[in-house]
Amino acid sequence: MITTAPRIVTSRVGLADSFTLERYLATGGYEGLRKAVSMAPADVAAEVNKASLLGRGGAGFPAGRKWSMLRKAATTYLVVNGDESEPATFKDHMLIENDPHQIIEGTAIAAYATGVAQAFIYCRGEFALGFERLQQACNEAYAYGALGADVLGSGYALDIVIHPGAGAYICGEETALLESLEGKRGFPRIKPPYFPAAVGLYGEPTVVNNVETVSSLPWIVTHGGDAFAALGEGSSTGTRLFALSGRVERPGCFEIEMSKTTFRDLIFDPSLGGGIPGRKELRAFIPGGVSSPWFGPEQLDLGLNQEAVGQAGSMLGSGSVVVMDSDTCPVRAAWRIARFFNRESCGQCTPCREGSGWIEKIMHRLENGLGREEDIALVLDACDNISPGLTWPPKQTTICVFGPSIPPSIVSVAKMFPDELLVHVKEGGCPFPADVVRRG
Amino acid sequence: MAHLSPQNRAKAEAVVALYPRQRSALIPLCHLAQAQDGWLTEEAMEDIAGLLGCTPAEVRGTASFYDMLHTEPVGRHVVTVCTNIACMLAGAYEVLDHAEASLGISVGQTTSDGEFTLEEAECLAGCDHAPCVQVNSRFFGPVDPEGFDALTQDLRAGRLEETVPAHGILSRVERSVVLPAREASSQAPSGPPPGGAKAPGTVAE
Repeated sequence: MITTAPRIVTSRVGLADSFTLERYLATGGYEGLRKAVSMAPADVAAEVNKASLLGRGGAGFPAGRKWSMLRKAATTYLVVNGDESEPATFKDHMLIENDPHQIIEGTAIAAYATGVAQAFIYCRGEFALGFERLQQACNEAYAYGALGADVLGSGYALDIVIHPGAGAYICGEETALLESLEGKRGFPRIKPPYFPAAVGLYGEPTVVNNVETVSSLPWIVTHGGDAFAALGEGSSTGTRLFALSGRVERPGCFEIEMSKTTFRDLIFDPSLGGGIPGRKELRAFIPGGVSSPWFGPEQLDLGLNQEAVGQAGSMLGSGSVVVMDSDTCPVRAAWRIARFFNRESCGQCTPCREGSGWIEKIMHRLENGLGREEDIALVLDACDNISPGLTWPPKQTTICVFGPSIPPSIVSVAKMFPDELLVHVKEGGCPFPADVVRRG
Repeated sequence: MAHLSPQNRAKAEAVVALYPRQRSALIPLCHLAQAQDGWLTEEAMEDIAGLLGCTPAEVRGTASFYDMLHTEPVGRHVVTVCTNIACMLAGAYEVLDHAEASLGISVGQTTSDGEFTLEEAECLAGCDHAPCVQVNSRFFGPVDPEGFDALTQDLRAGRLEETVPAHGILSRVERSVVLPAREASSQAPSGPPPGGAKAPGTVAE
């Protein structure tokens, strides 16, 4: 069902000057922050708790609970994660370019609610235009008085620094992000401690929130947590951005009321994905980023609900849905995903560093007709070394969840398309029409 | 060339001052050095190390982790073709193959006139414009083989200089303030701010 839920984070998207302070102020900008600083910080946090806002970065951890875990200390930090790099995820990119002031305002609200005086917004390096717009918005927010020594006349003092990344997928992992922000290689930290809220930036307690998460805050404070929680169902409240790509007529980023809308709506509704070009059939789709197990046509009627998708054996993850049609070779798709993991493994842990290379090589030779039948068991064995038992949710033998994110696409192909895999071996090549496959 | 100019050194010092610990400025300073030279020279890494109180090896060791930081010279335009899943499904490998043939170089190489370096990228978050291509971190897409040639011709002719600055320039917008909140708190006596009970506190469950 397509509902008429309000656009909470994309209300300005589509306006030519959506990123300017003038447009922002003319459309209710900084009113959420103005209201927030007139409330006690604990009351602001209470509204976010009422909203049941789940983190929008990928793990789906409740934002209010994350805040409440912040260890009391003289110095605390807030870091906003704008290092969006999960393949086929492009929602934060859209928000950064189109509505940077909303991110600044949301960051300020989160900082106020958690008692933080210094925040950083880590912007993926490849988003050069987005970085310029965030920096411009930050400059304007200081000049307007929304940041600095006296935020909107409240006496609350907050500095925000816009920090550029430099191209490394793993820096989206929150502890790698903090290492990177400390000027180091983006190596995820060993857990425990599990949460930066206990030990974060420079060892100090740190809240790490995603760009879309903080972008929701101005609306939540303005309209109240109950209004947000009234949207969606169960624990999946509010609206959420879904990035749709692959073989669809209208790839794009859509803000959708959670739970009510189904994958079928998202992919086929004329106002959303508009279906598959050439009226081809849907072969499979990735429901939540390339770390998630794939779904087939039988899961199309699942609602976009974190719990429901979890129970069905996958995850909504980063909110990115990739559609594969009947012309798409699932083996090639899984190979390309494996290649991504191989190229982006940070290299700290042996199962991931070595395993990703083996998996990529085996998938490449299978796809290109050089595979043997026993390669199918071999590639699954390599997956099992990274994530024992190949369960969902996955077990892990590595420092971070990057490693166990490698097997799901391979396991999906083995489970959903065993015949297609075998055909590659028996016929000595890819039977599907499509683009050139290159060296691994 | 090479060492940071006096003007860039002043900019670098201002960037270092934004962070509670100076080492945090490492990536921003590498971007600054690349904005000056197009890539990270040995001399610039020495200067950065001096500004951050670490060794040049630590600067290189960190920089070498990141795809956007180049410790070898690159072309005036770094052309990056995404081939990850969404772009691949839209024909990205045809574009990349065409790019190699059209520019006469392989991925990772630079044309002899120094105009173009070709790279294959992981997802650039431009999947709604697949296949997407970046030039000096500025987005183009969807790009097909013909579109790729038109793009490189425009770049060669200097027709895109407004949207695509020379390689290494990440941001044409600079920070206009230092840290007014921190400055105020270091001058003001501690305690709740004047005007009432609005001091930020810790959060209740």
